[in-house]
Amino acid sequence: MLQPGSPDNPLRVAIVGAGPAGFYAADALLKAHGPNVTIHFYDRLPTPFGLVRFGVAPDHQKIKSVTKLFERILARPNVRFFGNVGLGRDVNVEDLRRFYHQILYSVGAQTDRKLNIPGIDLEGSHAATEFVAWYNGHPEFRDRHFDLSAERVAVIGVGNVAMDVARILAKSYHELAVTDIADHALEALRRSKVREIFVLGRRGPAQAAFTPPEIKELGELDVADVRVLPEEMELDPLSAAQLEQNPDKATLRKLEILREYAARPPQGKPRTLTIRFLVSPVELLDDGSGRVKAMRLVRNELYATAAGTLRPRPTQEYEILPVDLVFRSIGYRGLPIPGVPFNESWGVILNDSGRVLDEESGQPRVGEYTAGWIKRGPSGVIGTNKPDAVATVKQMLADLEAGKILEPTHTSDAAIEAFLRERQPHIFNYQDWKRLDALEVARGQEQGRPRVKFTSVEEMLAALGR
Amino acid sequence: MKVSTILATKSPHIVTATPEQSVPDAITALTRYNIGALVVVDDQRRPVGIISERDIVRAAAQGPALFSQTVGDIMTRNVVVGSPQDDLMVVAHTMTEGRFRHLPIVDPESNQLVGIISIGDVMKAQRDTYEGELYTLQTQILSEGDPGSGQAKDGD
Repeated sequence: MLQPGSPDNPLRVAIVGAGPAGFYAADALLKAHGPNVTIHFYDRLPTPFGLVRFGVAPDHQKIKSVTKLFERILARPNVRFFGNVGLGRDVNVEDLRRFYHQILYSVGAQTDRKLNIPGIDLEGSHAATEFVAWYNGHPEFRDRHFDLSAERVAVIGVGNVAMDVARILAKSYHELAVTDIADHALEALRRSKVREIFVLGRRGPAQAAFTPPEIKELGELDVADVRVLPEEMELDPLSAAQLEQNPDKATLRKLEILREYAARPPQGKPRTLTIRFLVSPVELLDDGSGRVKAMRLVRNELYATAAGTLRPRPTQEYEILPVDLVFRSIGYRGLPIPGVPFNESWGVILNDSGRVLDEESGQPRVGEYTAGWIKRGPSGVIGTNKPDAVATVKQMLADLEAGKILEPTHTSDAAIEAFLRERQPHIFNYQDWKRLDALEVARGQEQGRPRVKFTSVEEMLAALGR
Repeated sequence: MKVSTILATKSPHIVTATPEQSVPDAITALTRYNIGALVVVDDQRRPVGIISERDIVRAAAQGPALFSQTVGDIMTRNVVVGSPQDDLMVVAHTMTEGRFRHLPIVDPESNQLVGIISIGDVMKAQRDTYEGELYTLQTQILSEGDPGSGQAKDGD
């Protein structure tokens, strides 16, 4: 058999999940094979770009500019987009094997990590990732309800999702009305009664995961004062010693900004955003009707692991923090895809440097690969997916060279599309996306916003006249 | 970034040795899997030592007796172990300062081996982190300079 990757016999690749990792992988494949590769993107949602559309905060439009690169990839004649086609919902892995030489899973991390403390399922306690999906207009989350008549809100965690959630809650209607935040969220936030926002970190200020720009932004909000407790800014001896040995610039800059906040007198703005350190929630307290009324916090101290990491451990000191709304933001976690081996320990597809491994033999499964968060777990910024995807594509190219690929039986685009339409009549292709995109941008222009998003499949079908 | 990010993209099948195994056996395993060190575990899969190329070279310098010795005779004991929750930045510092190239990773509750990372893995993860941040910044800066022109560069 002639090895695919020639004009007569292009390499056929399915990329499942049209987010950053999938696009960076497509980019690397196109660089290696030019026109001699056919790439089909699958996404269970009608629109492309994954977390760039549904994760990146609406007031961080600049970060979204990476879609320009992704758009150029989608526009290539040898690339197609099958939106609203879910793997495990509309098609399965066996179907894909009949159509492609190689399959790449880049579905991301679709759920949140659990926090096992009493009361965590009380009404008013939510996963921050769901709030993010809701305010970004994710079709599966648009009908969620978050009770913003609450005055006091706690956000558990100090990573970038926690920072986004706290900032969105702290911003005024006018600050949000110039973004592409979903209309239903803008309306709900306009009526928000939130006055006090607490962001809770279990380690100290020197270990916080947020970046200097993220923390700096919190000091520049129109209607919220930022507050840091001076006593929580005093570094413990272990943190101080570690910083002296290894004076990391980003950490020093974060501490500098936080110290300035700790010293800053309140400016009398209507809302307050307080960043707390060295505290962990141990219990959510019930108001008697199944709703959260407060949170019990334990004060932590730090200890060094054998390898030197400073970890938190609880002391005997407790406090009660009255709150009526809680967002848990302790990280995303991957979900298994039916028919694809999963590594429960890390919540990723079982893989070795991007090659999917068979559970029993531990050997690579021919023709199956993974990239992005479902390969390595949720870490890094959007660009981190580029080296990650390039590493996987390197394995794909080596396996192609060695002839270790799938042998598809149906290789015409028309046959594939006919098959898919039978499973899912409402496929959204690239032309559909271009039209939706233009309509969203036009709706936005009328209101001075980057775009006004469609937030349900029905709405999108109607907009396309289908 | 955590150590678990590195473990996530490695096969969970970890090549190990036992203290009773012969040194030639260990050498065979090192060459067969093209790796630099084996974690030595007890019957509960808890690390009791590590045997690296360096240990073998050091023993070889003492004469040919090496070939009739056991892994337990020449391995490095008192090995520093890590946990999946360790911060990568801190681990990089610890490994560089302590001058060791392999870090067995154990489950903090059971002390059982769950993986091993090398200084090469750590360096690669750090490089990818910096590269990723650079791409993201580049994309933003280029789009800012020339709005709407599709100038987002992909870094090559």
